[in-house]
Amino acid sequence: VHIFSQSHLCLVMYQVLKEAVCGLIAVSWLASRPIRIKQARNLSSSSPVVSDSARFSHWTLIESCPAKDSWQAVGIGGRNRIAMSGPSSGCGFLMSVVVHGDLALNEQEKELNQRLKRLYPAVNEQETPLPRSWSPKDKFSYIGLSQNNLRVHYKGHGKTPKDAASVRATHPIPAACGVYYFEVKIISKGRDGYMGIGLSAQGVNMNRLPGWDKHSYGYHGDDGHSFCSSGTGQPYGPTFTTGDVIGCCVNLINNTCFYTKNGHSLGIAFTDLPPNLYPTVGLQTPGEVVDANFGQHPFVFDIEDYMREWRTKIQAQIDRFPIGEREGEWQAMIQKMVASYLVHHSYCATAEAFAKSTDQAVHEELASIKNRQKIQKLVLSGRMGEAIETTQQLYPSLLERNQDLLFMLKVRQFIEMVNGTDSEVRCLGGRSPKSQDCYPGSPRLFNSPVHKASSSQTYQTGTAEVEMELDHFSNGVSESSSNGFLNGSSTHGIDLEECDGDMGEIIIWRQLCGGSQAAIERMIQFGRELQSMSEHLRRERGKNSANKKMLKDAFSLLAYSDPWSSPVGYQLDSIQREPVCSTLNSAILETHNLPKQPPLALSVGQAAQCLSLMARTGSGSCAFASVDDYLH
Amino acid sequence: MMACLLEAPLRISVLSEVTATSRHYVDRLFDPDPQNVLQGVIDMKNAVIGNNRQKANLIVLGAVPRLLYLLQQSSSSLELRTECAVVLGSLAMGTENNIKSLVDCHIIPALLQGLLCSDLIFIEACLRCLRTVFISPVTPVQLLYTDPTVIPHLMSLLSRSQHTQEYITQIFAHCCKTPEHQTVLFNHGAIQNIAPLLISPSFKVRMQALKCFSVLAYENAQVSMTLVNVLVDGEQLSQVFVRMMQRDKPIEMQLTAAKCLTYMCRAGAIRTDDNCIVLKTLPCLVRMCSKERLLEERVEGAETLAYLMEPDIELQRIASVTDHLVSMLADYFKYPSSVSAITDIKRLDHDLKHAHELRQAAFKLYASLGSNDEDIRKKITETENMMDRIVSGLSESSIKVRLAAVRCLHSLSRSVQQLRTSFHDHAVWKPLMKLLQNAPDEVLVMASSTLCNLLLEFSPSKEPILESGVIELLCSLTQSDSPALRVNGIWALMNMAFQADQKVKVEIVRALGTEQLFRLLSDPDTNVLMKTLGLLRNLLSTRPHIDQVMSSHGKQIMQAVTLILEGEHSIEVKEQTLCILANIADGNTAKELIMTNDDMLQKIKYYMGHSNVKLQLAATFCISNLIWNEEDGSQERQDKLRDMGFVDILHKLTQASDPNLCDRAKTAMQQYLA
Repeated sequence: VHIFSQSHLCLVMYQVLKEAVCGLIAVSWLASRPIRIKQARNLSSSSPVVSDSARFSHWTLIESCPAKDSWQAVGIGGRNRIAMSGPSSGCGFLMSVVVHGDLALNEQEKELNQRLKRLYPAVNEQETPLPRSWSPKDKFSYIGLSQNNLRVHYKGHGKTPKDAASVRATHPIPAACGVYYFEVKIISKGRDGYMGIGLSAQGVNMNRLPGWDKHSYGYHGDDGHSFCSSGTGQPYGPTFTTGDVIGCCVNLINNTCFYTKNGHSLGIAFTDLPPNLYPTVGLQTPGEVVDANFGQHPFVFDIEDYMREWRTKIQAQIDRFPIGEREGEWQAMIQKMVASYLVHHSYCATAEAFAKSTDQAVHEELASIKNRQKIQKLVLSGRMGEAIETTQQLYPSLLERNQDLLFMLKVRQFIEMVNGTDSEVRCLGGRSPKSQDCYPGSPRLFNSPVHKASSSQTYQTGTAEVEMELDHFSNGVSESSSNGFLNGSSTHGIDLEECDGDMGEIIIWRQLCGGSQAAIERMIQFGRELQSMSEHLRRERGKNSANKKMLKDAFSLLAYSDPWSSPVGYQLDSIQREPVCSTLNSAILETHNLPKQPPLALSVGQAAQCLSLMARTGSGSCAFASVDDYLH
Repeated sequence: MMACLLEAPLRISVLSEVTATSRHYVDRLFDPDPQNVLQGVIDMKNAVIGNNRQKANLIVLGAVPRLLYLLQQSSSSLELRTECAVVLGSLAMGTENNIKSLVDCHIIPALLQGLLCSDLIFIEACLRCLRTVFISPVTPVQLLYTDPTVIPHLMSLLSRSQHTQEYITQIFAHCCKTPEHQTVLFNHGAIQNIAPLLISPSFKVRMQALKCFSVLAYENAQVSMTLVNVLVDGEQLSQVFVRMMQRDKPIEMQLTAAKCLTYMCRAGAIRTDDNCIVLKTLPCLVRMCSKERLLEERVEGAETLAYLMEPDIELQRIASVTDHLVSMLADYFKYPSSVSAITDIKRLDHDLKHAHELRQAAFKLYASLGSNDEDIRKKITETENMMDRIVSGLSESSIKVRLAAVRCLHSLSRSVQQLRTSFHDHAVWKPLMKLLQNAPDEVLVMASSTLCNLLLEFSPSKEPILESGVIELLCSLTQSDSPALRVNGIWALMNMAFQADQKVKVEIVRALGTEQLFRLLSDPDTNVLMKTLGLLRNLLSTRPHIDQVMSSHGKQIMQAVTLILEGEHSIEVKEQTLCILANIADGNTAKELIMTNDDMLQKIKYYMGHSNVKLQLAATFCISNLIWNEEDGSQERQDKLRDMGFVDILHKLTQASDPNLCDRAKTAMQQYLA
């Protein structure tokens, strides 16, 4: 019942997510303004904004998306980051192989890791490592291992069943595999071919063939019978012998197991399997030799095709999760989530349009939203000095009470100075202060397109997002971003490179503090102030390792002639503004007794938590319900 | 005329119910102002959507001819013509009677004519309506092929839009029913034109294109051979089909793709040991038989799988161990289930509808599985209640089920062990005999073939079958027009005569009649001839039987033997004939029929020197019997044959390279030495 309720909860979560995300896209029609949701992952583990509920992500909604190409670029960048952020797997074993110095083995190891990652993406190997070989510790003495603990041979007398011997894999099968598979090739059937292939729980007697004891399951070569925790077998499949490849597939969703012979499925052998079973083989007569394939080589059976079927099944289950009678309630909740998300990130025009069309009240004053929006825009455009100033004006006591936050903002300001984007150095850098006129926070700019578009044809049809982008409402916001200034958050990295090619001006911009001597001096002076603030903070409030590291990293930028391409250069990336922005926004909201995380982000976090909980409690369907699949 | 009489009162009763509004719609079609006509058609369109009664009313009131007239008039605006096609399409969506009325009004030629227009929207409307008409079972398929320009024009329209692609491929898929249709479509480039549609972005187009290939390739080597060489976007067609069988694809797509590959394989275009068959198509079809699938899918899956592996023992072996197929099929017999009868009328109805189909599909698949491998047959007969199911299947009302059941029984009857055990235990011969009394040829062929096996000497069913008056029945089969039935009839008689009592042999000869026997000896079918010779040989075994048969029919038999030995026949036929002669030579009195026939002796001599060892052996056997020492008059016979030069030949044969022949010659020579 417990597990059921978790899966159930997860299904609900997904339904919410799916519709909420759809809702957000729908908003873009209402507001007639392309909106994208982007899940930005923080590369730096020291990111100070990580909160409990949504540890893994930070959300940004981009209004007025720039050209389509650059959006895609962001999409790709995002995926790359996800791939990079995966846990490094199986290091222990990997190391031992590398020590051997065998290049071919190293290649095999690489292939193994790649295949396991592809087959079982939902498995967190730091928590539940995958089986990669037989365990030299968890075996009976009559078993010999060779070839990197993948080959098993029998070295007992083999006179009676009392001489049977088994070996287990190094780790049990993680539930988060969803569907797990390994193959065993019979190298030699030996004297009598009494080989058993199967599964067993930890602690099951190893002086036996798999299947003979409680929590032990096997398929035996001599008679083709299956043994389900019993000394007597049931007719199951064909016999197997030298040259045959026998596969064993555990379905952790319905807790069944089937075998394959030479790539052909033999049908269900066991049902109601307990959790945490280990791949196991047993041998009983001299000369018996078998090789395991835990993913080192391509499998003979097309297991990925089987997995595809189950992924489709699980996803259909999520899609068809019944709402029942509560449809009205449901819709209202979804709308609230969407609205609160928009308000949280202060997309006031969109929020307003959405609230209007869905008949909702906005729980925050419009002015307040706009204030937050103004500050956010400043942070995201790298104009930290102004952002701090504005915050202090609008929320006088906020930063005073929250010195750590202030420190973080100032460190960011220092980084932006190095970048040449902070307002103080920009003025000194001889760049036109008029660029400030392009500052997009003005309500006029935001309202006008909404008004204009609501009467347009595209709104009526609302078929494709592409059509929306064709709208000519460019409000100056996206145009002003030509220097990567405003939309830096969405076009970081790649955008910069594009600009490099387009405008010579940018080359100057990538010089330290925008290339101005005065600016550099101001930056150095600011650095000193920061240093003293840090010392002050430490005296007042004791050591803070996060703060210390932050400052150290920031100052490290000055140690390189080209900070942008230095090892600490990532700090200059405009994506690093996002966590700062989010933390500041949350802090402001908290002072207004509003949640520091929007419910939508909370439910994403909750769904992710739910998945990892399912993995821990043995619900295999978590393998095929990745949160990412539901975020566009 | 009868139809008209019946229709008249019906028409009146419907008319009386027709509301004024329906008539109003039709009246507006005759309005002098074209703008009003257009509005009228549009209103009619909105009125008929989803309203079968309204559709019937409009048809009865004569809307169709008027709509067709407006559609064909070149003076009508394109918009009006399009709306007319849309309304007609809507009317076609109704009942089968609607379709009949539309076809009777010659809607098909009119719409086909419309396809010559250049406007895409109009073409699509016409095609949509044509599609709906053609996929109905009441529409004669042939109407697509009457005008030879239609198919090439449809091919050319395939490039116009996704809609034209969907409708045209759907029409082809439904209207390709015979080898002639396949050839027409093939000759007009169906393969090249449709292959690219397999990777269309539209699922419907992909699906219909796939269906086209399955009907085109069915039992068609030309199409199949062409298909294997087709590339779609640089990929082999078979690989495209394999991708369509992936387990996350819709079942319909998996099943149809598996059918395509099955047909290509059976037509010889793909080897049976190709991975796409062994590792993809076969497992996919086995999955289609699983309980999770719909009843229709299970039927199609089982039938296709049976067809795929019919000729290949390796595929049969693999299928027999895949996913518990043998026991999975047992479930096919459990419809309607007792649960469905009580709880759910709808379900019961559905189950009943498919029960026959399921059973016959299961029998077919069992037949195919067990056609070669003894272990598989054993596994099948050991499946729960299997023999009982076959026995009751043999007497089911549905002819399809009876045929499939007897096919299954036939397949299993190839097993010596099963003949001895389960076949006897379940007295399968009883329903089988009943089936033979009055059945269509298809069933008779299978049933009599099974009977042949049941009449084998070691079969315990042989005795009771004999007692049930089977001889008359078999004799009547030998007079059938169907060669297959003649073979089976005579084959069964042959089996029956093997080591039989004198009484049985006499009865066979009596029932068959010598005239029929000799007619069969000149049968154009070699198989019939071979089995007839086999019967003769079996009749002419053990000395008393030989003498008895030869004393009454010696003359005719010797004539027949001469005729065959002189005629143009295969080695096997001549060998069999020489064996008969050898048997005759073994009789006491019968011998003389040969010894007094110098012509025959010359023939034997000729065959002793023949280039084929089998014939030499048989002829030598014959001589050896004639000169056998211990019998009366052996001395004279030996002398005569020595004079005729047989000793020299025998002497030469003792040097033969074939050990059997050599031994046989030596034994014969010893007769002279003794």
